[in-house]
Amino acid sequence: MEPVKTFAGKAVALPIDNIDTDQVIPAKYLKVTDKSGLGEGLFSVWRYNEDGSPNPDFVLNRPECAGATILVAGRNFGSGSSREHAPWALQDYGFKAVIAPSFADIFRGNALKIGLLPIAVDEEVYHQLVSMCEEDPSTTITIDLPNQKIVLEGNQEIGFNIDPFAKHCLMEGVDQLGFLLKEKDNVLSFEAKNPSRINTLAPAANARIY
Amino acid sequence: MTAPQTLFDKVWNAHIVRPQTAETPGVIYIDLHLIHEVTSPQAFTQLREKGLKVRRPDLTLATMDHSTPTTPRNELGIIPVLDPVAANQLNQLEKNCAEFGIPLFKLGSENQGIVHIIGPEQGLTQPGMTIVCGDSHTSTHGAFGALAFGIGTSEVAHVLATQCLIQNRPKTCAVRVDGTLRPGVTAKDIILGIIAKYGTGGGTGYVFEYMGSAIRALSMEERMTICNMSIEGGARAGMIAPDDTTINYIAGRPFAPQGEAWERAVAYWRTLPTDEGAVFDHEMTLNADELVPMITYGTNPGMGIPIDKPVPTFDDMPDAGSRQELDKALKYMELEPGKPLLGHKIDMVFIGSCTNGRISDLRQAANFLKGRKIADNVRVMVVPGSQRVRAQAEKEGLDKIFKEAGAEWREAGCSACLAMNDDKVPPGKYAVSTSNRNFVGRQGPGARTFLASPLTAAASAVTGKVTDPRTMLS
Ligand code: SF4
Repeated sequence: MEPVKTFAGKAVALPIDNIDTDQVIPAKYLKVTDKSGLGEGLFSVWRYNEDGSPNPDFVLNRPECAGATILVAGRNFGSGSSREHAPWALQDYGFKAVIAPSFADIFRGNALKIGLLPIAVDEEVYHQLVSMCEEDPSTTITIDLPNQKIVLEGNQEIGFNIDPFAKHCLMEGVDQLGFLLKEKDNVLSFEAKNPSRINTLAPAANARIY
Repeated sequence: MTAPQTLFDKVWNAHIVRPQTAETPGVIYIDLHLIHEVTSPQAFTQLREKGLKVRRPDLTLATMDHSTPTTPRNELGIIPVLDPVAANQLNQLEKNCAEFGIPLFKLGSENQGIVHIIGPEQGLTQPGMTIVCGDSHTSTHGAFGALAFGIGTSEVAHVLATQCLIQNRPKTCAVRVDGTLRPGVTAKDIILGIIAKYGTGGGTGYVFEYMGSAIRALSMEERMTICNMSIEGGARAGMIAPDDTTINYIAGRPFAPQGEAWERAVAYWRTLPTDEGAVFDHEMTLNADELVPMITYGTNPGMGIPIDKPVPTFDDMPDAGSRQELDKALKYMELEPGKPLLGHKIDMVFIGSCTNGRISDLRQAANFLKGRKIADNVRVMVVPGSQRVRAQAEKEGLDKIFKEAGAEWREAGCSACLAMNDDKVPPGKYAVSTSNRNFVGRQGPGARTFLASPLTAAASAVTGKVTDPRTMLS
């Protein structure tokens, strides 16, 4: 994972509430066994016409929005399916952060694990960002992770919260798995005290089903 | 004396490997890890890249369900996978399981089925356990008093490699449903009612515990329908305290404890229910006495109404954001605000999924369809949740009832719930579906979904229109 620190980028607004992960990336793109190229399927229902050509009305297809790295979206972003393909697709497309009034739990966790920054802001700030993006599509926003703030043009600063451990992993570019692997001794002592409840390799008996 | 604890507290506390601190998150132990073909391949790749093994294959179980076809078997008894991309994904799962020593229920084998159907069916899902899967409907298993939730693929790799997860303690929410369901009203209507009332984000950050007289009166399979859709209310997990209903359901299943181990397990399970006086962070309520069959009109599961009420109008919406959302949804659904949904023509009915693809769901639908015919304009797909459910239904002759009524009787899997295979609702067509998500394009590009109970689905299949099942009960 690439370390995330401070970056500036063009922001684009998709001011819709409850954008679910089926919208971020529909199921037909989930048959892959790797992560590459998922950006092509990002928001595909909105982004492409039925014949596969780009829908010129969709915000990401507007020339002035090309190269955006920050997505501003409505409440409860990333609800629904737990597919990590959603943050993978956003990242593969080029997004580094999503700013929204709130996120679904699983999406937020998935995004943080791959270095895509989910930033929750209050409704007022959200509306301000949306009008900013809509009025001037070349608006750039700076995201300062070390100091946990968003800096707008004209130097307005907006603070945000982030879980300290997730922040540490993002800034160092370290995978959370490393932290878990270091817990081996604790896991062994847990297992010694708590015998397994099941064994999927051996049914207890072939008894009745209904 | 220790302070009174909730069911969640007890299960959580029993699984702490490393307690949470101000700087570092907690680590919890996972008792059962379920995997399927769609969200696991990249996790196995990560293991290989790092030279790691699966730490506890004996606590891991794989099945094939999401991208599998539900079409008939060939003369060799095999379900052919014609889509090469899906076939590759299924082969990959088989290879991964063989390489890492994980038991697998292969496509078409006697135990294969939807991941959330097979755990409970096999007796693997037990009270007090922690259960995860790379699938948001893992919340289903909470019906047994387990703490069960969906995870992403990075976390699938974490659990494969360490049998643990990094987790911060979630908050708790009591969801109290008191009263008695009236005829024609089902568990599905309870959960659609809760989500319609509190919204799809209402449970974000919480673990639900469903309680109250209406919940206690439900069968295990009905409880699973409710916990299944906790995620649609924004909660990662939903739990129900174990009781005699739970214990009787588990007894005698293939992986259930036996003999003395069973006695010890039951004694432990009896200690799990929430203590008198335990405090929740939040509370929600629903009155079962007043509940009628529910149906969704829009493009998220929170857009639900009592079936006899009209589609909401813009005036019913609390703010500009929701008015805009309603507008978008109704345009997609081609519905008008303020108009009734009852009597709206439909093209398809889907009976199945991890929400309503268990034997009791099929019995309920078959019982309704017995001696009736489905309308000419409607295609009805009945997709059992597992091969075991399918076999049991055939033993009871339910397949014949479905076929005589004019429905399709298919192989087990997720099917039209997410339309990763060919089981799709055609563009612009309307389906009454017993599944859990009505998102734009969920059941196929341009598909329009009305979520409802198996009973409402069966009644609508017969009339070819959205129908209140209460008007057709004998
Ligand atoms: S039936 Fe639907 S919701 Fe359930 S696991 Fe399959 S795709 Fe997911």
